Amino acid sequence: MTHCIAKFIKSLLLPVFFLLLQPVSAQFTIPEKPKFQTSVYDYANLLSPQEKQSLEEKLVRYSDSTSTQIVVATIESLKGEDIGILTPKWAHQWGIGQAKEDNGIFILLAQSERRIWIAPGYGVEDRLTAGITGEIVREVIIPQFKAGSYYNGLDKGTDVIVDVLKGKYKGTRKSDKSDDGLAGIFIFIVIVIILIIVLARGRKSGGGGKGGIGGGGGPDLLDMIILSSLGRGGGGGFGGGSSGGGFGGGGFGGGFGGGGFSGGGAGGSW
Amino acid sequence: MKKWLVPGIIVFLIIVVYFWAKGINNTAVIKDQASQEAWGNVQTSYQRRNDLIGNLVNTVKGAADFEKSTLEAVVKARSEATKTTIDPSNITPEQLAEFNKAQSGVSSALSRLLVTVEQYPDLKANQNFVKLQDELASTENQILTARTRFNESVKDYNGHIKTFPNSIFAGMFGFKEKSYFNAVEGAEKPVEVKF
Repeated sequence: MTHCIAKFIKSLLLPVFFLLLQPVSAQFTIPEKPKFQTSVYDYANLLSPQEKQSLEEKLVRYSDSTSTQIVVATIESLKGEDIGILTPKWAHQWGIGQAKEDNGIFILLAQSERRIWIAPGYGVEDRLTAGITGEIVREVIIPQFKAGSYYNGLDKGTDVIVDVLKGKYKGTRKSDKSDDGLAGIFIFIVIVIILIIVLARGRKSGGGGKGGIGGGGGPDLLDMIILSSLGRGGGGGFGGGSSGGGFGGGGFGGGFGGGGFSGGGAGGSW
Repeated sequence: MKKWLVPGIIVFLIIVVYFWAKGINNTAVIKDQASQEAWGNVQTSYQRRNDLIGNLVNTVKGAADFEKSTLEAVVKARSEATKTTIDPSNITPEQLAEFNKAQSGVSSALSRLLVTVEQYPDLKANQNFVKLQDELASTENQILTARTRFNESVKDYNGHIKTFPNSIFAGMFGFKEKSYFNAVEGAEKPVEVKF
């Protein structure tokens, strides 16, 4: 309850806080850290829904297995801002990547300026040096952009980044912090209910003596029916899931981890 | 009863003041450390640029018959800049200004070099050189970021030790105001590295 109140107050105060932080001269305001934290933010609407979903899914899966968060954002215009400074600043503000490893990568695409920039977090700078990042932009991403597909450029570009980082980080999907407690309580309640049922039944059959055995047969059969119908239901659910891609817009497990950015990075224009 | 009241209040006040002062002191130490770390990042990023300049000079020398004076200016400014070192635990405004001046000397020599490079198409097609340009552009942005964060940490630290009543204790414990990294004319923007 207190957590809820704190959250409410925070959500009220946060915009005010950000307003105070924004320097008046900056023309491009970095969007507030989103509540739902995932890998693709297509503010300029350059990707089709399918393209966005497949890129997002790929990057979230990559984060699930390595804890490395690659985030792609597209904007319509830089509004006079220097993309090389804006990109790492934005990434640092959102805290992309894990706090301990600083393994975030932020890719920003500005549509009207026709510029793209890749900013690596502190932890991945040793592999994604500006020279290599610049080469990826020039050799892999921009040719695809020139050919007319933003998606192909971003898709192939992120593939190469994944390749460059191969073997550096390992990780498992983190659960969302806010759901952690609830899930625990839920599991606890379920276990308690099962225990009560088992105990109650045990007492009943114990008291029933001979008749208890016969009585025990009924629930067993019922259990089997319930279980088999559950199984069937589960199977149906799986089928539906796989046709939908089984992704369901999960975003990053645990959200952005608070990774830091040095301000480095490289990019190019087309 | 009355006999114990006055000493009791005094002991109580001493304990309160002790914890109060302790809190102020320890927070100041933490903020001081943070600012020293931020200074470390400033120096690292400048050091990185100096290393890159070495590579850049070699690449430029090897790839084209480059005019000597521009190259020499860069090398000279760099050796000048590596001479100025600063003790991070005691940064005086004079030292900071000197450091700033030396580094901005490198910046301007470097930007002159990069402008001259525009006249050498061979060099611009050289993969090594293009990569170095990326690295330099990236380092310039890192320098800018490190400087901004250093100033932020100084602001945080100064804000802590200079506001009343913290200022009384901070003075007693010997915490001094830190100076900011001011922009030298023309150095507030990173060296422009064109593609």
